[in-house]
Amino acid sequence: MAEHGVSTTEASTSALPGLPGVVADWSRDKSAFPVPWGKAMMWIFLLSDTFIFSCFLTSYMNVRMSTTVPWPNVSDTFALDIGGKRIPLILIAIMTMVLITSSGTMAMAVNMGYRRNRANTTALMLITAAFGATFVGMQAFEWTKLIVHEGVRPWGNPLGAAQFGSCFFMITGFHGLHVSAGVVLLCVVAKRVWSGFYDRKGTYETVEITGLYWHFVDLVWVFIFAFFYLW
Amino acid sequence: MDAAAAPEHAEGQQHPVAIYLWIWALLFVFSTFSYLVDYFHLHGYLRWTLIIIFMLLKAGFIVAIFMHMAWERLALKFAILIPPLCLLVLIGLMAIEGDYTFLTRLGSFLH
Repeated sequence: MAEHGVSTTEASTSALPGLPGVVADWSRDKSAFPVPWGKAMMWIFLLSDTFIFSCFLTSYMNVRMSTTVPWPNVSDTFALDIGGKRIPLILIAIMTMVLITSSGTMAMAVNMGYRRNRANTTALMLITAAFGATFVGMQAFEWTKLIVHEGVRPWGNPLGAAQFGSCFFMITGFHGLHVSAGVVLLCVVAKRVWSGFYDRKGTYETVEITGLYWHFVDLVWVFIFAFFYLW
Repeated sequence: MDAAAAPEHAEGQQHPVAIYLWIWALLFVFSTFSYLVDYFHLHGYLRWTLIIIFMLLKAGFIVAIFMHMAWERLALKFAILIPPLCLLVLIGLMAIEGDYTFLTRLGSFLH
């Protein structure tokens, strides 16, 4: 009777909603998060990455506030001549759209994974990787333009405040590295999906974990776009 | 009753495709709006407010829907979403510091 009572309590605490649920999840003598361990670890990695990018953006805020030289006109620096017209910031706008498109295809890949649709999951992940590679390619074009044609260096530039270069290379460089790593990760996982690895494993959670990383890369870009390019 | 609560964990995050397509479309709309803020040369507090609103909307939808945070247990939500609030302290301190450095530079460059 007493044993039965205990097991009923266990079963009911595991589904408690709201704040009592937080207490129940944290105080039980077993894992606090009812998610696959890989997913919990990915979230914690992303949390630490949040702090890294926040430190970059905060130091950028600090140097931009403290410089006595005017900040370069970002809108004009990243303008492109299309059809004889100079459109401000258009390169960055296209890059943003490319990354958001890739985030959408990734979300669909995760969805297809949980439906056990092997072909669609593989295809959508490869499309996501292709958009990611396109983004990195456009970034390479952007860097070339700034370094070769505008003469921007980490220690100075002819457009304005010297700190512009170091902030730009540090922030977009680190983000670009994340995108590149994501493209590699996507290709590796897509290959495994196609080979039926996750069907044999019995779960497609790795696709969702890869998706978490990819959406985070998009999330970081949202903040870079707002604070570095639009501010 | 147990069976009703279990599938979410057993099968992972399964949601209708329509919700992803809606959020996808919304992200495009918000991105276009934030680009238009720059295109129409809005300035001052109007510009900064709009940029931050669109940024937070986009970030919120990505985390909540695409990263499935909306469907996770509150314990996981707290563990991931509360620690970054410490950053507000860092941002506040660095803003004060930046201001101070700026004034110091003005003072020493002018003399």
